[in-house]
Amino acid sequence: MELSQIINPANKVYSRPALLDDNTMHYCPGCSHGVVHKIIAEIIEEAGLQEKTIGVAPVGCAVFAYNYIDVDWVEAAHGRAPALATAIKRLDPEKLVFTYQGDGDLAAIGTAETIHAANRGENIVIIFINNAIYGMTGGQMAPTTLEGQKTATTPYGRRVDLNGYPLAISDLLARLDGTCYVTRQAVHTAAAVRKAKASIKKAFKNSLEGKGTSVVEIVGTCSSGWKMTPDASNKWMEQHMFEKYPLGDLKDAGEIKPISK
Amino acid sequence: MAKIHGAVVIEEERCKGCDLCVVACPTNVLLLKDKEVNDRGYHYAYMAQPQACIGCSACATVCPDACIEVYRVVEK
Repeated sequence: MELSQIINPANKVYSRPALLDDNTMHYCPGCSHGVVHKIIAEIIEEAGLQEKTIGVAPVGCAVFAYNYIDVDWVEAAHGRAPALATAIKRLDPEKLVFTYQGDGDLAAIGTAETIHAANRGENIVIIFINNAIYGMTGGQMAPTTLEGQKTATTPYGRRVDLNGYPLAISDLLARLDGTCYVTRQAVHTAAAVRKAKASIKKAFKNSLEGKGTSVVEIVGTCSSGWKMTPDASNKWMEQHMFEKYPLGDLKDAGEIKPISK
Repeated sequence: MAKIHGAVVIEEERCKGCDLCVVACPTNVLLLKDKEVNDRGYHYAYMAQPQACIGCSACATVCPDACIEVYRVVEK
């Protein structure tokens, strides 16, 4: 069959979601943020929630998220996205409010806001991209950086005696009574992307049904910060990140799941 | 048995040559251009073996810049 016969609108099975703006993303080649933006746009588009959704953008690489997904956005001060999302959701409970945060934003400067918003059981969705590094500022150590991982500020690898242990903040959030759904996903393969999409969809549903805080952690890569090619980053992530941050549901329907490490 | 024909259209100017689609493709259809680059200087992806494509959308699903469109025909 000729290519011209295959390529026609009737046979289209996958295309760029209309909710993604035309701007080319500023992310480095192979960045996990792009995939997560895409699946969020797809979910909102499929559910027809464009007019109902308000996103809260973080400080970090995803600071320009409002340039890419065509919904209403608010830009939060560093780490304060869950606090801002709380206010938005309480003032307008009909809206779907989600925050989009990285590990530096959520697990370092915004730890207090994150934990208290989750503990109050605010009906918001927290999407947390964990790439174990401060990507935007040049690859410094984050709280989630793995033991022995080399970063700009730990050039010989993270030492627990000096820098402390990596923080699995989703496990912590799963222990709080306010959260209804806590899951950890990745976007390194097509199958993983589909699972992550289903998880975010479920989190949005929980929020609309008023069940409590949903947290979706996406274990991602930072090929520039890790100084690897995107493909090598994915392999490194599978080998090292998944050991500390195993994928799967940590809590569902208010029930804590056993974590297999 | 039904034969599946697939094809992808890559928005070359949007592609950043990250290679993830090439790795994700189960039938090794895609490759990055060896010498040509787009306006931004990236070696963009293209269909090196179009006849092998089954239109599974794996490449488009993992593409961080959403620059791949997938088409599929099932010939009965």
